[in-house]
Amino acid sequence: MLNIITGAVSLGLLWSVMALGVYLTFRVLDYADMTVDGSIVTGAAIAAKLLVSGVNPVLATMAAFFGGMAAGVVTGLLHTKLKIPAILSGILSQIGLYSINIKIMGKPNTTLLKVETIFSMFTQSKQAVLICGGITAVAFVVLLYMFLSTSMGSALRATGNNEKMANAMGINIDSMKILGLALGNGLVAFSGALIAQSQGYADMGMGQGSIVIGLASVIIGEVLYHRTSMLGKLSAVLIGAVTYRIIIALVIDMGMDPLDLKLFTAITVTVALSMPRIKNYLFAKLNTLKKHTNANRSIKVLEKEGKRV
Amino acid sequence: MTPALVVKNVEKTFNPGTITENHVLKGLNLVLEEGDYVTVIGGNGAGKSTMLNAIAGVFPVDEGEIHIGDKNVTNLPEHKRAVHLGRVFQDPMVGTAAAMTIAENLALALHRGEKRGLSKAISEKEKEFFRTQLKQLDLDLENRLDDTIGLLSGGQRQAITLLMATIKKPDLLLLDEHTAALDPKTAEKVLQLTDNIVKENNLTTIMITHNMRDAIKHGNRLIMMNDGHVVYDVKGEEKQKLTVEALLEKFTHSYRQTAFSDRMILG
Repeated sequence: MLNIITGAVSLGLLWSVMALGVYLTFRVLDYADMTVDGSIVTGAAIAAKLLVSGVNPVLATMAAFFGGMAAGVVTGLLHTKLKIPAILSGILSQIGLYSINIKIMGKPNTTLLKVETIFSMFTQSKQAVLICGGITAVAFVVLLYMFLSTSMGSALRATGNNEKMANAMGINIDSMKILGLALGNGLVAFSGALIAQSQGYADMGMGQGSIVIGLASVIIGEVLYHRTSMLGKLSAVLIGAVTYRIIIALVIDMGMDPLDLKLFTAITVTVALSMPRIKNYLFAKLNTLKKHTNANRSIKVLEKEGKRV
Repeated sequence: MTPALVVKNVEKTFNPGTITENHVLKGLNLVLEEGDYVTVIGGNGAGKSTMLNAIAGVFPVDEGEIHIGDKNVTNLPEHKRAVHLGRVFQDPMVGTAAAMTIAENLALALHRGEKRGLSKAISEKEKEFFRTQLKQLDLDLENRLDDTIGLLSGGQRQAITLLMATIKKPDLLLLDEHTAALDPKTAEKVLQLTDNIVKENNLTTIMITHNMRDAIKHGNRLIMMNDGHVVYDVKGEEKQKLTVEALLEKFTHSYRQTAFSDRMILG
């Protein structure tokens, strides 16, 4: 059991970097970016190709980040310059990346079992992924927090929050969107590079549905650890990503068919996303109920006093 | 002296060549001197807001030129004109970023039109400055710098938007019916605040209003728009002597000429 949990936490930490990227586009920029299903593989593919060619693992992982950024820039240009709707811009990039990712690796998958990885490079410990993943994830939370506290980060947040206001403040919202998508996909690709190195292979199909996993992490984090400060919000993403992996590990341990996982994730995200509506609906119901009881009570009081109602 | 604003023969048609084609600005001309505080009235569809949006660069104009000071801004996009302009919108939700704090919003405004780099968004010194500025609003907001804007009322948000529009002195202040969505008492207070800020900084200002009494009471100059251009322009003493009745007379007169059916909300 302990093994299952440590494994899940390690994996969650690696995925939390990806979830931070999704948080940046989805929450900060208010942009549902579908590019990530492609860019996570781009990151894995770039790192794999470079590692197999003997490049230093740190450099290979950094290169993955820049590859992801390039993908984000393309999505941003499609959306801002060609005025293609947000979702569609992401989907177009994602589909395009599918071919590009195979081109990068030269084949549909690459094994990394015999090469040195960013994990084996630093420590021979069995818990290398847990240690390195933890350090990386926390570092990204801090870095992202620092970035969002700068003038540029503030402009990015304003763009996602209120475009009209941002424009009136002289912020170039097109540039900000491109920047946000670049950074977001950079993080996603970085995460893809880490995941490939921890699982020992990069595969062209590994990105499928990752946007939903990212969203699940963001939303679970918000529900479990609701904070108003930026640092709190970013930490919540990390907590959400780890919790998501623990939940998945537990349901599989309890005997759920791994093939049903995607459906399970989709349902979890749907429920979480519809929470505000469900809450409102229940509150409204509760209020009408209260009004009725109050009215009935008043009528009874009046009747007691012998008045005709 | 160069005028603060020149709008020369501006034409704007929305959705040209379609069934919803709408020729809104028709040969619009307007010249503002430094320090002019102009109130703008006119019926719905007269082109008041379209004029402000054309000046702000929300859309490109079809013809004509717009100069702010000695700068020709006709072809500049909205975010590049922002350095010259302070703007307050009709909807109190539009002028501020609801998810960000009061201090963060003010900091964005303090650096309006500047390059946004990797320095800290708000310095301690700036925070202190914001506190003194907020104190002048007299809304008890000076100790709520770190509250998110979304927690504030419409009136408070509009007052902050006004402060944001002027915290870095603009060459031109554009107010688009900025009190229309507020209750009468709050509207009065925000208008008073507007007058104070405009006078204190000697700001060149354009204020659209639907309220004729406000249009007469505030500013040194009044223009009436109809059918996409200025039909009446009065300033100084003559403006001070205006009455709602006289204005209404002018309004009915100009609207009869264009056979444009409209109604005006009375002051």
